[in-house]
Amino acid sequence: MTTVETTKTAALEKGTAKGQSVPRKEDRRLVEGQGTFVDDIKRHGMGYLHFVRSPYAHAKLGSIDVSAALELPGVYGTLTGDEVAILTDPFFQIAAPPGAAVKDYALAVGKVRYVGEPVVAVVAETRELARDAAELVEVNYEPLPVLVDARKGQDADAPILHEDCEGNVSYSGVWEWGDLDAAFAEADHVVKISELHFDRFNSTPLETNGALVEFNRGTGQWTIHTNNQFPGFAAIMMGPAMRVGLDKLRIVTQDIGGGFGNKITSHPQLVVCCLLARKLKRAIQWTEWRTDFHQSMSHGNERWFHDTEVAVKADGTLLGFRTKALDDAGAYLRYEPLGGVIWAQVAPGLYRWRNIRLEFTQVMTNKAPVSPNRGYSRMQHLWLTERIIDIVAHELGFDPVEIRKKNYVQPEQMPYETPNGCVYDSGDYPRALDIALDLVGYSGLEERRAEAASRGKLLGLGIGLTLDSGTNNFGQSQLINPDLQFSGNNEVATVKLDIFGEVVVTLGTTPQGQGHETTASQVVADIIGCDVDTVHVRVGHDSYWNSHAGFSGTYASQFAVTGLGAVKGASDMLAVEMKKLASMVFQCSPDDIELADGFARIKGNPEAALPFMALGAIVNANNAGFPEDPPTLNCRFVYRPPFDVPDKETKKGQLTLTYATQIHACIVEVDPETGVYEIVDYAAVDDCGTRINPQIVEGQVMGATAHAIGAAMWETFAYDEDGNLLTPNFYDYHVPHAMDMPPLKTGSIESPSPFTSLGTKGMGEGGGGGIHCVCAALQDALRASGGAIVYDSHNPYHRVWEMLQDPGPSRANVEVSAT
Amino acid sequence: MSEPTTSRTVTVTINGTMVEREVATSKLLVHFLRDDLDLTGTHIGCDTGNCGACTVQVGGEAVKSCMMLAVQADGLDVTTVEGLAGDSGVLTPLQRSFGEHHALQCGYCTPGMLMSATALLEHTPHPTEDEVKVALQGNICRCTGYWNIVEAVVAAGKSGSA
Repeated sequence: MTTVETTKTAALEKGTAKGQSVPRKEDRRLVEGQGTFVDDIKRHGMGYLHFVRSPYAHAKLGSIDVSAALELPGVYGTLTGDEVAILTDPFFQIAAPPGAAVKDYALAVGKVRYVGEPVVAVVAETRELARDAAELVEVNYEPLPVLVDARKGQDADAPILHEDCEGNVSYSGVWEWGDLDAAFAEADHVVKISELHFDRFNSTPLETNGALVEFNRGTGQWTIHTNNQFPGFAAIMMGPAMRVGLDKLRIVTQDIGGGFGNKITSHPQLVVCCLLARKLKRAIQWTEWRTDFHQSMSHGNERWFHDTEVAVKADGTLLGFRTKALDDAGAYLRYEPLGGVIWAQVAPGLYRWRNIRLEFTQVMTNKAPVSPNRGYSRMQHLWLTERIIDIVAHELGFDPVEIRKKNYVQPEQMPYETPNGCVYDSGDYPRALDIALDLVGYSGLEERRAEAASRGKLLGLGIGLTLDSGTNNFGQSQLINPDLQFSGNNEVATVKLDIFGEVVVTLGTTPQGQGHETTASQVVADIIGCDVDTVHVRVGHDSYWNSHAGFSGTYASQFAVTGLGAVKGASDMLAVEMKKLASMVFQCSPDDIELADGFARIKGNPEAALPFMALGAIVNANNAGFPEDPPTLNCRFVYRPPFDVPDKETKKGQLTLTYATQIHACIVEVDPETGVYEIVDYAAVDDCGTRINPQIVEGQVMGATAHAIGAAMWETFAYDEDGNLLTPNFYDYHVPHAMDMPPLKTGSIESPSPFTSLGTKGMGEGGGGGIHCVCAALQDALRASGGAIVYDSHNPYHRVWEMLQDPGPSRANVEVSAT
Repeated sequence: MSEPTTSRTVTVTINGTMVEREVATSKLLVHFLRDDLDLTGTHIGCDTGNCGACTVQVGGEAVKSCMMLAVQADGLDVTTVEGLAGDSGVLTPLQRSFGEHHALQCGYCTPGMLMSATALLEHTPHPTEDEVKVALQGNICRCTGYWNIVEAVVAAGKSGSA
């Protein structure tokens, strides 16, 4: 028996590279250990950087003495917050007031606000020496009261993190669409849920953050080799803070060992590396330790939903809901408060309810700053909508499958405009759900439940649906701060034919395992008529290549639209130029030329054919005698999705371009004596429109599934009351291992996007589908033993045991009233 | 009283080639491989021995090279991911199987996975799915969810030797 079974429900077009699971071009170097990751880059005389980090969650900084460290032979130098405050300005804040008043520097200035916050940087000849020297740095701290629980952040006696903000709220706003009063007046039932909690975790890429930074004193320019996955964002954060233009910051990425959003906000550490490279006149090497990553980097948004009320008709029609979201941003706003709007990309989930009100409040706490994490902010919101469906079904006696199908946006309604003006481009949710249910054996569910009961086990089925909204309209940032000047999106590719006919592609993206070299090659090969193997895609991002734009990077499920849209655009341009050049040589019309098999040839006359090498050579090395300028065969295309700025008054607008779907379903068995549970069947069905490489898509679905299962069962960034992270390494933070994984079946359908040039949709995040379906399955299983309501996204065995022992508290969380 | 020893000369056969180096006694084998010998295919993911990205073979056994000092490898044979394909450049069936089954995404855990699985296939040429999972329980992958990795190792076992 194999672990993975795949259902193919769409026939793939044969005979073209697009749509085929062609082998990945990346794999050869990676299986030979020949990838180039950031820690592999070395320079003569480089200094290793180690951060002295705060042991306190909240404290005033007193004197700092680095002299003992500096006296150690082999120590090259240090950097303190006082120096940073002189040499740089605080990072630009995305937030409007009150969050706008946060002053965030590359090292702590005046105060520390979470355990693990960088306070001093030490550079030495070896990494061991840098670490030893850091121990000799003396920092005086004056501990302050600590705020760990965001729910207490607005209490009168709450410790204040950022005095300039006059409170701990970074952002608050009311989002309301439709007519809530009318919806609740029309409802036959109102289901109230007093508190739901989405837990704090992140995807913990195996490679931590890092950089190798060089400073050229002659040009005043830094070269920053890094694994940051959103160089466009890093640059606009770093340049103004360092008081330099972006031309001074050459950002280079190569192979990146996983990102998942967690490598977007390393700009503070990169600034420290830059300052030290200039100060010490040597290359600076920084690789984050695992514990440093856990303590300080990119935690996912923890979120509560309070006082949720759902308007339901007697027949199960969902009319709307209202809720209060409380988001925990951690100590600094590194990408926040964008989480305060990103959720609105999927405001109604997959459902047709037209009346939604959400009061969003974000609070800063003495914990690690939150930043994007696979499924960023939508995952939390989709978990809410899925929890609502299952709690409503549980309380009012509806079948979880039927109430979903009844309320889903239907395929014939596509493209569907949501109450807040987003447009779901395509999809067939009921069909995808049916496939997922078939794969987990839904038809025999009750027999299996009885059989499990005969073994003393509680069996439950859960469904978790996600929307992978992709290709952001950055104009949505103006809904949380009307003064921001960001909107739209873009990505760049260049495609050229070089002197010996080499097809060379550069991308602005920063892949971390998504196979961009392969899928870009597939798109190029089909357009200019050559073999995938003959297309060379340069690895990673380099701002010297002129193949980047302000939003370049790899994040937020968009490469298949933005990156491949740019590749297609540049390839189309090149194809036109190649035909024009061939027509100049053959003295015919460009329309008479076709590109195929590595030749430009006259249609119907295979003898009249120029190999790509001839085209490249003519333009680059043999171009005399042309009556007019030949084309350059070097094409750059900027893909720009067709967005408008959303309406700031109504908070309506198209926030993303595409909506991929993943439908997850699972069956769990719970041991009622211990709370230990096992996922015995699991299926994930993907619909991301036209697939360029189905194997790569399936791999992304699997990865998203694994992350979600980990978060549902084991992974949590838990803090004690003093603000100490209890899970600062892979001993305490248990990520799934091979033996933890349940059997998985995958399926797919293809609903091409009408809005993209290739019919593709961004995908890969998966939006936590596994979290939603594990929660639902547990609730279904526990129905036979007390009927607990699953109220938390994270359900370790002890929590399940508690719900079995005393379902009362969770049941008291929910109230149903007739209107 | 004599000074404590802070460095020693070690002789190690790495991927078939004998090397002799002066190393700090505090240096981990993984740093010796990566920093001194520039064999950067062996990776570091956790600092605590959990993740297995640094797995190599020492004396024919899979070992996490972050859990061992360089001086402890003195006199031993060490094989790293760079040594799998050998001078011929022909990939092993296991390396090929990883590509065919899409058993890698970012590729960061891959060298460790390959080294653990190679050791398994040397001892157990035709492992079952469960045997593969047990053998890989000390290796973390954050991209694939392991399904394709397990499939690739089982398939490599079915196709012949590692």
